[in-house]
Amino acid sequence: MYEKDGEKYFVVDSHSHFWDASKENWVEGKEQFAKGWIDCFYGYHQLGPPETHWDWEHYLKVTPEDFERDMFVEGHVDYAIFQSTYLKEWYKNGFNTVDQNAALLEKWGDRLIVNGRFDPREGDAGLKQLEADVQKYKHKGVKLYTAEWNGDSRGYKLTDPAAYDFLQAAQELGIKNVHVHKGPTIWPLDKDAFDVADVDHAATDFQGLNFIVEHVGLPRIEDFCFMAVQEPNVYAGLSVVVGGLMHARPKFFAKVMGELLFWVGEDKMLFGGDYNIWVPKWQVEGLVDWQMPDDDQFSDYPRLTTASKKKILGLNAAKLYDIPVPAELQLETTAGDTEAPGEELVEGKAGAQA
Amino acid sequence: MTDLPAGPVPELRQAVWSSLGTVLDPELDEPITDLDFVESCTVSPAGEVSVTLRLPTFFCAPNFSFLMVADAYDAVSAVPGVRRAAVTLADHHASEEINGGVAAHSGFVGSFAGEAVAELDELRHTFLSKAALAGQDRLARPFVEEGLGPDDLAALTLAEVPDSMELRRLRDRRMAIGLPYTDDAPLLIHGDGSRVTSAQVPLHLRRARLQRVGIETNGEYCKSLLQTRYSAEAKARA
Repeated sequence: MYEKDGEKYFVVDSHSHFWDASKENWVEGKEQFAKGWIDCFYGYHQLGPPETHWDWEHYLKVTPEDFERDMFVEGHVDYAIFQSTYLKEWYKNGFNTVDQNAALLEKWGDRLIVNGRFDPREGDAGLKQLEADVQKYKHKGVKLYTAEWNGDSRGYKLTDPAAYDFLQAAQELGIKNVHVHKGPTIWPLDKDAFDVADVDHAATDFQGLNFIVEHVGLPRIEDFCFMAVQEPNVYAGLSVVVGGLMHARPKFFAKVMGELLFWVGEDKMLFGGDYNIWVPKWQVEGLVDWQMPDDDQFSDYPRLTTASKKKILGLNAAKLYDIPVPAELQLETTAGDTEAPGEELVEGKAGAQA
Repeated sequence: MTDLPAGPVPELRQAVWSSLGTVLDPELDEPITDLDFVESCTVSPAGEVSVTLRLPTFFCAPNFSFLMVADAYDAVSAVPGVRRAAVTLADHHASEEINGGVAAHSGFVGSFAGEAVAELDELRHTFLSKAALAGQDRLARPFVEEGLGPDDLAALTLAEVPDSMELRRLRDRRMAIGLPYTDDAPLLIHGDGSRVTSAQVPLHLRRARLQRVGIETNGEYCKSLLQTRYSAEAKARA
């Protein structure tokens, strides 16, 4: 819990990791990809305030003690949700697997949620694994990385028939939340890998699932927003928006927040700190202090109130994941409610402009 | 920022650099020279040109990366006096496929055998459409601030927009994808070229601004990441 100026914020970090990018874990012959991946993350890391920068060696792998300090002791986080990313083509034991993440459950089982994952290219074996994972860890959510490499394949779309089989299975197994993370590759490579049209289709066809688009679809915020306004079960994951823009590009952070507040709305935005790309402390504190600039170019964007901040920082995610929130910190949010999809949502937005 | 290419023939150097300035990052809609994507460029007295490009991350999308290398190759090769051109992409996960493919003129499908089913014309078209929508926000914004209402905005033609680099860019992009670009064309149009009605103006302008914010935010992100990636500190680590 974070307290500032007499207001109390229940913080759910909806996007964190406990990864192993240490050199010992790099696959022989694929070192350039393993290093390239973590170097790319390290580039993002450096977009945070200079005093929060770590050296590269430390960044490769943190200890459970580091995690506890950065998240729970200093980071103001009440609950964290782990998003698994396997990348076994490049990392021997995987980059950030369910089992790695779940090792921390023993100590912090009352404050951690471990999400599962699946890869539609793994066929029947993958379906069995998903079932076993759900049985073992009681997953309420899965994270899908569509740009994951698998043998010769450079990725997939949610509309691939095999992906639909997995989404169907996930829904039947009681999964509620699907976190979609787009990356730079996909099959076929000539298409835009960041396109979120497949999420649009899947969200329409699987009304029982919530689709949280990580990084708010960056670098395709426009496609994401216009899709989200029409699909009531689509949510904005703010990881990378807060971490990558709030400090490094404050003006653009304000614009992106303004667009999200207008198109998606404060009940459908979920804070994610993306540990350990960044630590949550400065992100939580910065977001609580943040205000839309007074400048004219921001004048018709919705404002962020204390109530909106409370919802974005934790209450929306708490509702999607049935996380118990102390009564005095609770607020009403429509997150998780079922609404009818349709164009009228878009028309409603048009009226709001006048 | 890379300086003018090194070499003994000043006019040819200048012409080669100018040609690189016509190559756009299709996603960001900005010239690769402004984005600092040209790592090096050398021109020999015999007219042999060698260009190395660099990008913000190791994992920048291979399709856009390919387009920039191929477009740079085409642009430099077309400069009178250039006898041979070589363009390569450094520090990228698909450097090998892209560099080999562009040098061998294999196209995108040939460069990524089994992983691509078509050339990149459709992708390019999609991003020119996005740029043309963002351009409408840039040009319409001053009129909105002046207080023009939906009826006037819907009726506005390109002839009534003061000439600027931005207007010329908008015309170029519209022309490239078959949208109306002459003086009598409306400033506000839908993706299919049809006129935006006054009732549609508010939502259309919201979309145009959203598109502009999307592209410009990506641009800011890419610039930050490139700066970090090629900083003195990063070089010391590598």
